Amino acid sequence: MKAKGWRDLPPGSVVLEGGSAVKFKTGSWRAFRPIWIEENCIQCLFCWIYCPDMAVEVKDGKRTEFDYDYCKGCGICALECPGRKGQKAIVMAEEGK
Amino acid sequence: MATPLTLKELSKKEDRFTHGHRMCSGCGAPIVVKIAMMATEYPVVVSNATGCLEVSSCISEFTAWNVPWIHTAFENAAATLSGVETMYRSLKKQGRFDKDKEVKFIAFGGDGGTYDIGFQSLSGAMERGHDMIYICYDNGAYMNTGIQRSSATPLGADTTTCPAGSVIPGKLRARKNLTKIMAAHDIPYVAQASPSHWLDLAKKIQKAHEIKGPKFINVIAPCNRGWRSKTNDAIQLSRLAVNTCYWPLYEIENGVTRITVTPKEKISVAEFMKPQGRFKHLFSPENEGLLQRVQDEVDREWAKLQKEAKTD
Amino acid sequence: MAKVVAVTGNEACANALRQVNPDVCGIYPITPQTDMMQRFASFIADGKVDTESILVESEHSSMSACIGAAAAGGRVVTATSSQGLALMWEMLHIASGDRLPIIMPVVNRALSAPLNIHGDHSDAMGARDTGWIQLWSENAQEAYDNTIQAFRVAEHMDIRLPAMVCLDGFIISHSIERMEYLEDQQVKDFVGPFRNFLPLLDLDKPKSYGPLILTDLYHECKRAQHEVMTKVADVVLEVAKDFEKLSGRKYGIFETYRLEDADIAIVILNSAAGTTKDVIDEFRDKGIRAGLLKPRLFRPFPYTEIADALRHTRAVCVMDRADSFGGYGPLFMEVSSALYQAEKRPLLMNKIYGLGGRDYLPSHAAQVLTELTTVAESGKVSTIKEYIGVRE
Ligand SMILES: Cc1ncc(C[n+]2csc(CCOP(=O)(O)OP(=O)(O)O)c2C)c(N)n1
Ligand code: SF4
Ligand code: SF4
Ligand code: SF4
Ligand SMILES: [Mg+2]
Repeated sequence: MKAKGWRDLPPGSVVLEGGSAVKFKTGSWRAFRPIWIEENCIQCLFCWIYCPDMAVEVKDGKRTEFDYDYCKGCGICALECPGRKGQKAIVMAEEGK
Repeated sequence: MATPLTLKELSKKEDRFTHGHRMCSGCGAPIVVKIAMMATEYPVVVSNATGCLEVSSCISEFTAWNVPWIHTAFENAAATLSGVETMYRSLKKQGRFDKDKEVKFIAFGGDGGTYDIGFQSLSGAMERGHDMIYICYDNGAYMNTGIQRSSATPLGADTTTCPAGSVIPGKLRARKNLTKIMAAHDIPYVAQASPSHWLDLAKKIQKAHEIKGPKFINVIAPCNRGWRSKTNDAIQLSRLAVNTCYWPLYEIENGVTRITVTPKEKISVAEFMKPQGRFKHLFSPENEGLLQRVQDEVDREWAKLQKEAKTD
Repeated sequence: MAKVVAVTGNEACANALRQVNPDVCGIYPITPQTDMMQRFASFIADGKVDTESILVESEHSSMSACIGAAAAGGRVVTATSSQGLALMWEMLHIASGDRLPIIMPVVNRALSAPLNIHGDHSDAMGARDTGWIQLWSENAQEAYDNTIQAFRVAEHMDIRLPAMVCLDGFIISHSIERMEYLEDQQVKDFVGPFRNFLPLLDLDKPKSYGPLILTDLYHECKRAQHEVMTKVADVVLEVAKDFEKLSGRKYGIFETYRLEDADIAIVILNSAAGTTKDVIDEFRDKGIRAGLLKPRLFRPFPYTEIADALRHTRAVCVMDRADSFGGYGPLFMEVSSALYQAEKRPLLMNKIYGLGGRDYLPSHAAQVLTELTTVAESGKVSTIKEYIGVRE
């Protein structure tokens, strides 16, 4: 993408497109990767509400996969996940391993 | 009809605060913001003080805000929003804005932008009675500039401007109780909340939107960089803050105080402090007295609050 | 049609604001502005305007609120002086950077310390690099006319910049003068309805005002802002032409007085120009070809036009009612920059006068004109910058 020149800028540097940050992928920041273990999931959605990066996808009220484009790998979801019978439904794994 | 505050129903809503923001991994502030933004159906206009949230959520042409949003400076999120809200009222009065559409206004400021430099602007806007909610996300220091002390920094904390040295063990003053100060403005609604108690937080936001006039909600927002804790513990630490009564959850509605969440068992404040590097020095023997002072402060404030509160 | 009245500068500006009927205004007291917005508050209280006021707790909040209101989408005004303008400094840059056409009469007053409430230009000169358009006014009539025209200039779709209208504290703000008001309807028609531009309250197109922009684009943002300023002078002239049709009063980007064939000239802003003109007449009567140039548009500064107007003279004194300590007076710096580009240019000197409301007397003008005559003859300026009317 060609860098913008001064004539291309919106007046007052106003950002004209709401929610445009979705074009900025933060997944590359991740050092650890959350892994969802579906069979241990009780669909409490705590991982969804507590994720600072809106990186847990929920469809029709049910969580599906992580959105690794944005997940920064903080591990909050894994820590907060109650899982089933003491078995976590999210575990963290080192990226690239 | 307001969306019922269940995670299942809330999860069906479009994000008003989107991913792609650049807060640090595991930061508490975006959790506060996302819950606040989803807790209402009304159209919302947001004003934001300079600080971590602002610099990380709107950079060049990338904005994480899917609602109208304005940042002007550090000390004036309240004054700026009071202008937006006044224009809204003026246009509505003159028939130049859809009379059936009700818009709500939220200001977000960090503790520095709220307790300190933005305090006058906040106090003024609240006194003038603008219809808005001011939400302070309190991470206890000027994080954006590198963890400097604010008047919200807890007693004993090690920051870059009140470092724990060989002579002075960190911050020697207790926090300013801003929530109480805002209550002294006699505004219709003041509350304290925590992202760990998402439902309590969401209810407070929802309730505040239904009350006309100025509202203030102070929300603890762990910062793993400044607190020197782990990236995964924002929720755990904010829960500990509640359960130690370091950060009691309460509201003051029209002068009536109500504790909204009472910990099953009040645990020692040390439990909240231990996982945080900023308090590490307090656990060495020579600082025992200071650690005790922290506990005493918490106990005193909690007792005071219980006395003031109507229990239901 | 027009109504002849005897009013103060503050009253005149308050009336201009009433006739324009802005949507939101910020109000905060400071001498000598106080009574302007006090009068406007009465118009609100009496239902003469639709304006919603914000009775802020400081000028910093006033400008912040004005920025919020203007970004929301509507016509916004406030007024201030001196310390108030100084307190706004941070926000002035944000109003212009965000391209918000806020209108602000500035009743010029000295800056502390020492504390002084009287007229000089230190306040507005301190704000000259904030990206605001500045229109300066000699008297109540000009302050009134400039206030009305400022809306058209600032809100022009090619401009969208904030504008301050400067008038001298006490000398103009508080002296009663005979002047003419336009009819309310005339002003309303002249200014027209507010045209929205990227309003924040457009809920269907959520916008973000005030992003963080680092090395990648900040420089470009400022280049774009500079470009807008280059278009202001033409718009000021276009608006002045329309205003003349309406009022019969002619405005340019500066005014000249007996300058066309002058050998010596004084460049001076605002109320002191009146006194100077009288003394120029006296010198003309003695056969000395003296003239005057009074800038109206100070930001953007019309360098080329002012150089063209002055270059035929032999000696010019630029009179500053503000100092840039360790530098020349601010008006002098501009005029000398302008003239440097001219092939043939007059000798230049700089006099600092009237600080903190010190009277500017005909004798001061006479002293300067006499010195200019000597300079023109000798071809030498002995001291470039000097205070006049000062006790030794
Ligand atoms: C007038 C002014 N002074 C100082 C700053 C520098 N500054 C920017 S953000 C910030 C710290 C913000 O702290 P806080 O409000 O607690 O928010 P946080 O970054 O912790 O989220 C400071 C000191 C500024 N932008 N403006
Ligand atoms: S927190 Fe754990 S159990 Fe709950 S929905 Fe998420 S993955 Fe499933
Ligand atoms: S690791 Fe952090 S960012 Fe990734 S999904 Fe879990 S909570 Fe969200
Ligand atoms: S420094 Fe702290 S408050 Fe700022 S973004 Fe990082 S974790 Fe959040
Ligand atoms: Mg902070």
